[in-house]
Amino acid sequence: MSVMRTQPGFGPESGRRTPLTWLRQGGHHTVILLLPMFLIFGVFSWYPIVRSVVMSVQKTNLVSAPVFVGWDNFAYVLSDPLLPTAVLNTLYFAGLALVFGYPVPLVAAVLMNEVRRRKGIFSALAYLPVVIPPVVSVLLWKLFYDGSSTGVFNTILGWVGIGPQPWIQSAASAMPSLVLQATWAGAGATIIIYLAALASVPPELYDAASVDGASIWRKIWHVTLPQLRGVLFITMILQIIATAQVFLEPFLLTGGGPANSTVTVLLMIYNYAFANSLGGDYGAATALSILVAIVLALFSLLYFRLTSRWSDS
Amino acid sequence: MSVIPEPRAAALPVLAPERSASAMPGKGARTGWPRRTRRPDPEAQEAAAISAADWRRPRVRITTTLLHGMLFLALVVTGLGPLLWMAKSAITPTRDTLTAPMALFPNGFAWENLWIAWNEVHVGTYFLNTVFLAIGCWAVQMIVATTAGYALSVLRPRYGPLLTSLVLCTLFVPSVVLLVPLYLTVLDPPLLHQSLINTFWAVWLPSGASAFNIVLVKKFFDNLPREIFEAAKTDGAGPYRVFWSIVLPMSKAILGVVSVFAIIASWKDFLWPMLVLPDIEVQPLSVRLPAIETTTDLGVFIAALAISTLIPVILFLLFQKTFLNSAGLGGAVKG
Repeated sequence: MSVMRTQPGFGPESGRRTPLTWLRQGGHHTVILLLPMFLIFGVFSWYPIVRSVVMSVQKTNLVSAPVFVGWDNFAYVLSDPLLPTAVLNTLYFAGLALVFGYPVPLVAAVLMNEVRRRKGIFSALAYLPVVIPPVVSVLLWKLFYDGSSTGVFNTILGWVGIGPQPWIQSAASAMPSLVLQATWAGAGATIIIYLAALASVPPELYDAASVDGASIWRKIWHVTLPQLRGVLFITMILQIIATAQVFLEPFLLTGGGPANSTVTVLLMIYNYAFANSLGGDYGAATALSILVAIVLALFSLLYFRLTSRWSDS
Repeated sequence: MSVIPEPRAAALPVLAPERSASAMPGKGARTGWPRRTRRPDPEAQEAAAISAADWRRPRVRITTTLLHGMLFLALVVTGLGPLLWMAKSAITPTRDTLTAPMALFPNGFAWENLWIAWNEVHVGTYFLNTVFLAIGCWAVQMIVATTAGYALSVLRPRYGPLLTSLVLCTLFVPSVVLLVPLYLTVLDPPLLHQSLINTFWAVWLPSGASAFNIVLVKKFFDNLPREIFEAAKTDGAGPYRVFWSIVLPMSKAILGVVSVFAIIASWKDFLWPMLVLPDIEVQPLSVRLPAIETTTDLGVFIAALAISTLIPVILFLLFQKTFLNSAGLGGAVKG
């Protein structure tokens, strides 16, 4: 961090400060320029964060005044019979996402890094699915997943003699189908992150390995992959943080079904707060969000430790 | 204490002011505009496991070319395939898409799908809503990020580090935590006490609270040469003048990155606009599309999907470099 150089531009210049010197040195200009941030962050970030902690120990339904209920919301959420299912589903989603979504971008990026001409076309093609709005891609895949024999995927399977699959309509294959769609939508971004990391590998390392007579595979194994170690950890943590908050896919593709097989934690939070037309259980929703946040904060902390160490080196 | 993730400026040319300044001489904010010249980038060839000597061996050349061919094919099928299918089905009669989804126009075209979607399903209205939302989010994020970045990086008030860490703290808070309290805040904002529900402000204003933007912009401003500010100050330029005439013009590269993030994020957003814009008249495409799914003729529905994809894809093709640089950056900072 190279921030604290002592050569202020318009800021405070010397020791003794009275309101008058503050004004003369342009302190009010600083406050005016900081005003947008104060207002926006104050109202739409800092205040809601504090409020969520307060609300998690209150009973609130917007009609009657909030009542302090202590740990009741947490107890209620933790004893909800759906919670274990949702947690397991979310873990299942995260696990499958790692199995599907981790090796494919890595192999693709390592291969793409060896492309000598028109590399840009490869990256552009890989990134295209990321550009498509998630709602569109989910709805498009819903059509692909059509369970009848004239669904898009089932037609393609028919070409190679495989019968129609139920995809998102059966409890067993619903979650893998969701993950497949999510992987398709996200793999491009991961590939680009890997490529950026690979571009910063010092070429001398490869030259030295070549001089020592290393084969291509040995160069990939001993030079390329070790250079990716940091970024591999980071994408894994990012992916875990993202998959723990998965909402769009189950919400739009399956609505949590069939038979609760795709209910995720965020879907539960949404249902607590917004699915009930008689008024949401905001206390339970915030309590569960805070539990999620605590788990994710551990991962975020790990992420920040890794990125700061990684960029220092 | 160093929890601040450092964007890896060296690996990402877009973040280094000096380099991008020389890459974009003078006029026009053509950040990340694709290069027309097609000469191979010598640097790109260097950091690769397969050396020039390796490439001269026929076995290596054939295997690698074959692998790259397969990769290219796979990327075309997965990256372009669904888009092409959507484009095809948008102008195919519904009956054909239902009975033979992979056939290529067995019974001719149905161009009217696009017209019906735009006019009768009111995709045009929702499209404009989406555009307004994106423009507003962009404006709010730009104002907040640049003014805050400038104040914290260049003006450096005494309480600056404290403010910076307060902003950074919000990076640790996953967006799910904010969902309910933010909704209640928009329902009854402090000071204003006038519900923002069903107004675009409900989407515009919260989008400005992006710590990620401020980190990016502040880091970039930190790397600008301070001598220029000193010189301008000696010449009598006030803080606003320096901000508008010196700092902003020097920062087109990072402003391009923030713009891309802002517009794309707004175009993609679904859950938040769905919560705060229950009135159909003001809803963006992302919210309307799932709602019209069951009530709309399939061909028209796919046409609506295709229309909503058009702008992001065009933006991507135009500003490819900015997009891909931002994506690489995302791995380094985004939480």
